[in-house]
Amino acid sequence: MGASDVVVIGAGAIGAACAYFAALAGHRVTVVERGAIASGTSSGGEGNLLTSDKEPGPELDLALYSQRVWTGALAEHGGLWEYEAKGGLVVAAGELPGLVARQRAAGIVVEDVARPRDLEPQLSPAMTSGAYYPQDAQVQPMLLVAHLLRLARERGARVLTGTEVTGFLRDGERVVGVRTAAGDLPAHDVVNAAGVWAGDVARLAGVHVPVLPRRGFVLVTEPLPVTIRHKVYTAEYVGDVASSDAALQCSPVVEGTPAGTVLIGATRERVGFDRTFSVRAAASLARGALALFPVLERTKVLRCYLGFRPYCPDHLPIIGPDPRAPGLWHACGHEGAGIGLSAGTGSLVAQALAGAPTALELTPFAPERFPEQP
Amino acid sequence: MTEVAVVGAGPAGLAAAVYAAAGGLPVVLVDAGARPGGQYWRQPDPALGAARRRPIFTALEDHVRAGRIRYLPRAEVAVLEPGAPFRLHLSPVTADAPAPPETVTATDLILCPGGYDRQLPVPGWDLPGVLAAGGVQALVKGTRTVPGRRAVIAGTGPFLLPVATGLAAAGGRVVAVCEAGSPWRWARQAHRAALVPGKGLEALGYAAALARHRIPYRTRTVVTAVLGEEHVEGAVLARVDPAGNVLSGTSREVQVDLVAFGWGFTPSLELPLAAGVRTRLDIDGSLVVEVDRDQRTSVPRVRVAGEATGVGGAVLARLEGELAARSLVAEVHRKPLRASALRGRIRRLRAFARALHEAHPVPAAWSRWLTEDTLVCRCEEVPFAAVRHAVEELSATDPRTVRSLTRVGMGWCQGRVCANACARLTADLTHTALTADALRSTARRTLAAPLDLSRLARLDETLP
Amino acid sequence: MTIIFDGRPLQVRAGQTVGAALAGAGIRSWRATRRNGRPRGLFCGIGACFDCLVTVDGQPGQRACLVPIREGMTVDRGHD
Repeated sequence: MGASDVVVIGAGAIGAACAYFAALAGHRVTVVERGAIASGTSSGGEGNLLTSDKEPGPELDLALYSQRVWTGALAEHGGLWEYEAKGGLVVAAGELPGLVARQRAAGIVVEDVARPRDLEPQLSPAMTSGAYYPQDAQVQPMLLVAHLLRLARERGARVLTGTEVTGFLRDGERVVGVRTAAGDLPAHDVVNAAGVWAGDVARLAGVHVPVLPRRGFVLVTEPLPVTIRHKVYTAEYVGDVASSDAALQCSPVVEGTPAGTVLIGATRERVGFDRTFSVRAAASLARGALALFPVLERTKVLRCYLGFRPYCPDHLPIIGPDPRAPGLWHACGHEGAGIGLSAGTGSLVAQALAGAPTALELTPFAPERFPEQP
Repeated sequence: MTEVAVVGAGPAGLAAAVYAAAGGLPVVLVDAGARPGGQYWRQPDPALGAARRRPIFTALEDHVRAGRIRYLPRAEVAVLEPGAPFRLHLSPVTADAPAPPETVTATDLILCPGGYDRQLPVPGWDLPGVLAAGGVQALVKGTRTVPGRRAVIAGTGPFLLPVATGLAAAGGRVVAVCEAGSPWRWARQAHRAALVPGKGLEALGYAAALARHRIPYRTRTVVTAVLGEEHVEGAVLARVDPAGNVLSGTSREVQVDLVAFGWGFTPSLELPLAAGVRTRLDIDGSLVVEVDRDQRTSVPRVRVAGEATGVGGAVLARLEGELAARSLVAEVHRKPLRASALRGRIRRLRAFARALHEAHPVPAAWSRWLTEDTLVCRCEEVPFAAVRHAVEELSATDPRTVRSLTRVGMGWCQGRVCANACARLTADLTHTALTADALRSTARRTLAAPLDLSRLARLDETLP
Repeated sequence: MTIIFDGRPLQVRAGQTVGAALAGAGIRSWRATRRNGRPRGLFCGIGACFDCLVTVDGQPGQRACLVPIREGMTVDRGHD
């Protein structure tokens, strides 16, 4: 095991993006992943890049910055991960919430849609108002992670899968690398991109980051002829994302895919890492989808999968250096927005690693912002 | 009293249902077939005239008539919810089937889901006219239909024989049976085969039938490609070495319109997995359920019998079903179970099955018959090149990652046809051995059968 | 027995499934795959592979190998 400048813990979307941008900037990067690539949250979602579901604030700023990276620095690679500027349609049975106006004021492009069925002919007539977000896009998350890692490897990075981090190398207070089951990896900087397990990794360094899992299920239908053209969801979705309720929350999110299947989300509940199928969650998803698209009544559902979103109590990710353990950085806690925010996060982390001022202020995402654990 | 739910009405499920009912337990029997018998004991459609009646079918009818067994044919379990009681959410297999009760609850489960043909991709296997050997058997036995004029039956294992002779007896012409293995492997297993009287005579019966129909039985021979534009027009046969490498100069084309492949069977595990049972890798490279000497799994109140505990044929399945039911009856009635003779027969048949598997492995070099274009996943039309790319360029080291990157196993059949082959290919490409974990990673199917969205929306109606 | 396949009458035998009836009549494919438009019909023959999907009496997505023939039944190719 040789010396490397940066070790990234976790080969999900965040870790892969950090590795890619760090390698691009000339760092020698080693990614360490205890399982397979994207075996955590990155393989349990839908690959959404959204600005439409965010309240004005630091997370929205990060999402807008991330959009600029997707369509800027990463644009040439978009085909590799099936980047599609699909657009998002938020609908309501009645008036749209005031959120739309606030989002517009904060810089999101949003068009009022007087007749939502013009954009989505199969939508329930009960949905009488809509807002269209052309900046919302989609990628295939597995391909994203796989290709970011491949591109990083082409720039000299190493990716070690099946390798668990068991501890940190310290020089006094400073973190100077990681211990793994396969040997020590010295490094100048270590990035904790371990998703839902970021708290466990941080604990190995003696620091606390309050990342907790928030379970979600997704239904997958049979392949259909084109039925749903955008990502479609109801305005309640934003409230669910921002809620701190532990109990099951469900609000419908429905979209078509190039393969013809329709993906149906979204549920959120805090049940630890319970992987048991929840009949209640699945039935709620089905009801929600039928309320938006009654045409799906006889459509067959082929599969149901789940994922655990890594979230923090204040619903903001953790990005930046950890002053409690110099040399350790965190890039985690992105809840259900990790795929979309990966481009921006990776880019910012690389900037910060180089000691440069970052394009976006990282203070709102500081790891030390939480009260110390008793 | 809440019922015992038996899933599957093949030899194992029939035996389990009948013995449980005879022991005084109320039984609900759920089966996807239109008639009892499963695959092994497939009965022809009644419109085709009376067939040989096994006594167990009559026993089933008696119990159903007496109200001791609630029999639900043409129904599949779409969702198995573990818990006390278990809840089985049912779905009719086709729209014209009578709607079963939507949910069945039971305090005990005896799962006998059986198995289906294991598939290996080969160039041209996606042409119409390529069928699974078990599919040909189902057509001939169940509907008296011959699905082609000239056939080659290929693969490995004794099941190729009844498929060939059955097809020939029904009027099809079988130009060859291609057995990838060799009879010499049998000699090494002879001591185990000798444990089961009657198996030798059975083989003799097939040899006579093959001779009578003039069907050449070619050992160390495989079909390396199926030929045709829009449907099967021919096949390439080749001789192979013990590992399955094609011997140069031995390839020849035959004109056929039907190719039936039989590479053994693979158990249907989605329901046992949904119940949470422990599984292991069996000697034939299949994931199977671990059971104790009474057919109990690692999950209380869940028993599994038949192919799902290890592929071993109809007689073994029937005995396991009987043992599962009798052990449950004894438990419920708090009586001792005297079944040492039964367990002895099961042990001997399992040993015989192991000998069979060792004599008829999937040839190690089978993936060398593939071209870059050969489909690995039929449903999503994913070629071998994509699987190779995922492993060699995109850091995929396990079948689940391969699936997520390439869509192998994400179509209608959810990997039933391709998952085993994909796992073997991934192991080959990463130079590792096939493991139970690798198979488990793509074996779980929470939705064990497709379910209408509107039906799914009602799934929690019976929850407290 | 007569069924209507793709709008035309087809003579079939009682006791067959739709899949068996079509295969027995020499019709070996009744579906085209989504991506490459390749022909498909029966494959596993026992309901596990979902290759043989066909529309029966207006109901799409039926496994032809599991649907028993009925007099006057309409069977149509699916549209993937």
